[in-house]
Amino acid sequence: MSATSAVPRSTAPGDSPGAGLVGGPAGDGGGSVPRRSSVARRRGRNPVTWVRHGGLSALVFALPMLLIFGVFSWWPIVRSVVMSFQKTNLVKPATWVGWDNFQYVLTDPDLPTAIRNTFYFALLALVIGFPIPLVCAVLMSSVRRMKGLYSVLAYLPVVVPPVVSVLLWKFFYDGSATGVFNTILGKVGLGPYAWLSSPSMAMPSLVLEATWAAAGGTVIIYLAALIGVPGELYDAAEVDGAGLWRKIWHVTMPQLRGVLFITFILQIIGTVQVFLEPYLFTGGGPANATLTVLLMIYNYAFGRSLGGDYGAATALSVMLALFLAILSLVYFKLTSAWSKS
Amino acid sequence: MKSPRITAAVTLVGALALGGALTGCSSDSNDGSGDQPTATSITLGKDTKVTLNVVGLLPGSTKEAQAALADEVKEFQAKNPNITVTTHDYEWKATTFAADLAGGTLPTVFEIPFTDAKTLIANEQISDMQQYLAAMPYAGDFNKNLLQYGQGSNGDVYAIPAKSVYGVGLHYNRELFTAAGLDPDKPPTTWDEVRTDAKAISDKTGTPGFAQMAQSNTGGWQLTVDTYARGGRMESADGKTATLTNDATKASLQFLHDLRWTDNSMGTSANYDWGTINQAFAAGKVGMYTSGQDVYTAMVQANHIDPKTYGLTMIPLEGDGSGVLGGGTMAAVSAKASNDEKAAAIQWINFHYLNKYTSEDAAVTNAKTQVASNQPVGTPELPIFSQEQYDKYQGWIKPYVNVPLDQMTGFTSKIFDAPLVNEPQTATQDVYAALDPVVQAVLTKQDADIDKLLEDANTKAQRAIDSAS
Repeated sequence: MSATSAVPRSTAPGDSPGAGLVGGPAGDGGGSVPRRSSVARRRGRNPVTWVRHGGLSALVFALPMLLIFGVFSWWPIVRSVVMSFQKTNLVKPATWVGWDNFQYVLTDPDLPTAIRNTFYFALLALVIGFPIPLVCAVLMSSVRRMKGLYSVLAYLPVVVPPVVSVLLWKFFYDGSATGVFNTILGKVGLGPYAWLSSPSMAMPSLVLEATWAAAGGTVIIYLAALIGVPGELYDAAEVDGAGLWRKIWHVTMPQLRGVLFITFILQIIGTVQVFLEPYLFTGGGPANATLTVLLMIYNYAFGRSLGGDYGAATALSVMLALFLAILSLVYFKLTSAWSKS
Repeated sequence: MKSPRITAAVTLVGALALGGALTGCSSDSNDGSGDQPTATSITLGKDTKVTLNVVGLLPGSTKEAQAALADEVKEFQAKNPNITVTTHDYEWKATTFAADLAGGTLPTVFEIPFTDAKTLIANEQISDMQQYLAAMPYAGDFNKNLLQYGQGSNGDVYAIPAKSVYGVGLHYNRELFTAAGLDPDKPPTTWDEVRTDAKAISDKTGTPGFAQMAQSNTGGWQLTVDTYARGGRMESADGKTATLTNDATKASLQFLHDLRWTDNSMGTSANYDWGTINQAFAAGKVGMYTSGQDVYTAMVQANHIDPKTYGLTMIPLEGDGSGVLGGGTMAAVSAKASNDEKAAAIQWINFHYLNKYTSEDAAVTNAKTQVASNQPVGTPELPIFSQEQYDKYQGWIKPYVNVPLDQMTGFTSKIFDAPLVNEPQTATQDVYAALDPVVQAVLTKQDADIDKLLEDANTKAQRAIDSAS
């Protein structure tokens, strides 16, 4: 283990990952030799050879992508970082206000509530939303007949436009005794529950819908990964006397580890940025019980008919992005060690 | 070494192009708001063709309502052959208006509440309409108290009082009153009576007897209504200090808490806003609620209300300094509008909103158009011009009135003598937004601590007031 992790470190950090892989094995002995030669090769390059080697056509091919990313992703990112230090209403010229926006956001009495709610949503989404697709995928992969039907059923909610499904569920969650869920639960003597009108039930209600809506996509990823698990491993486990659960725990899970790590961090990033459900279901209510960080950002920018506090909105966005970037970095550092052990 | 340089060049060109586009936009808007139109540009040239985007009906309005509006547009275009009018469905919501405004998806002529005009003017987001309005014969006849909402610091009129000038009333379902053994011709006149009637309706019919808006700033709006009705105010007279912790607000919240938790007469819903409470009321799911006096029109156009069930009475006024919260809707023209569009816009504003109040012909024609499509005529409003002019208008449309006015006498017989109180003047929508969670908490938590909730809301409101001034 120590040898494998030492190799990348010994290569020149400035080199591209590709060069690192090539130069890696030689790194212990004569790491400087390939480096020097590559530098020499680069010095010999000039515009003519660059064009002759197809550099121009590569650039032309990349141009549409660069433009689209530039205009719709990178430029807005740069603009929001700039805007987070400004006061502007997008009509009159902006004025620079230094850290004022950040200070305004950090002293907002609603911020702790929003952060708490966001983590609560992420936690609930993990507890409810992470295992369900996995269990579904494992069960579905062991079914022999009508596989296609189950896949379709699992994926169907993903096809429903999110706004439509939220409005549909809002109808299901009607808090009166005649609401859909309350009628069903009433048959077994439960309820009626207030659902979205109850501060304690509102968030779990949102997570339930979000899980229903998103699980299908994750199930498909897991199903694809499960196909890649070699059948001999199960046969071997069966020979060793393993039952279904031991097979899942000792064969399926370790084989899915790579996929699980990715879906896990994607889910965290996704749930921390939850907006659609609280916005459409409750508008952050009741009594701020479902106010999330992203909803707060929206409210700063657009929530008041006149407010348009774009500075505060972008300041909070920048902080959220930084937090997620750091979280992802730490996560990948940790998991890269785990997945190799 | 070359490729990064080229990329940089490409990025630079892209940025410049964007910058150019942005400056293009901003210079457009300067043209719109900064230029003083010359005498010739106030009216359209004979050969100038203009397409004007205007707000139309509420989303989801009935076919009849759409037909009536289409007829109106036809009449307008017959009179103004060089203007083509395109209507867009529209409902003003505090939580979507700013996005529409910033995103440029609002029509050229749009509607805003009285309270928002001053800030939009200061932000240069709507056009100066002074010269265009001045050409109208009634320009000097506006109710001054209403007109001032839409005037800039230079005294020019930007936003024009247009419709739905309201005092808040108590709307009640006459059928539910009858079903609960109450007399629908004797609606409650005190808050205690509201409470006992609500309980009677809930107990006898199982339908919530009273409901309160709580979402998209309407919770704060209606709590302000309740506060005014008990003599309190949300801001100091100079608009610099938030006074949310006043006794009247506390009493209003305690009232809601009693109805919700002691009497169980409010159901469980804490997420009504202006549109959804109308919908619930029109569907017979609510016994009583408070909202602007004119919502009957919206409930006919969008919610198929059965006229027999509708009743309107005064909101109970108790205590010194109590009054009815009043407000209304103004027509505004986008700051990006060209001079031609502004000239066309004033014609539409005149035709669609104002002319009927000042010209008998226009009033009769409009009433006939509405009646032909079964649209409401005669829903009580407050006067945009003088009281005298208002009475004249009522006389003109009398033969065409098709709303159940005799079910609204509890309101119409008293509103003209009641003190009207304007909405909080500074950071109005922010004050409302701070109060939304308070109303929601009282309606969803039995152990809600009203004093603490109001203190927190007051801090938030004060922050907004400070940053607005």
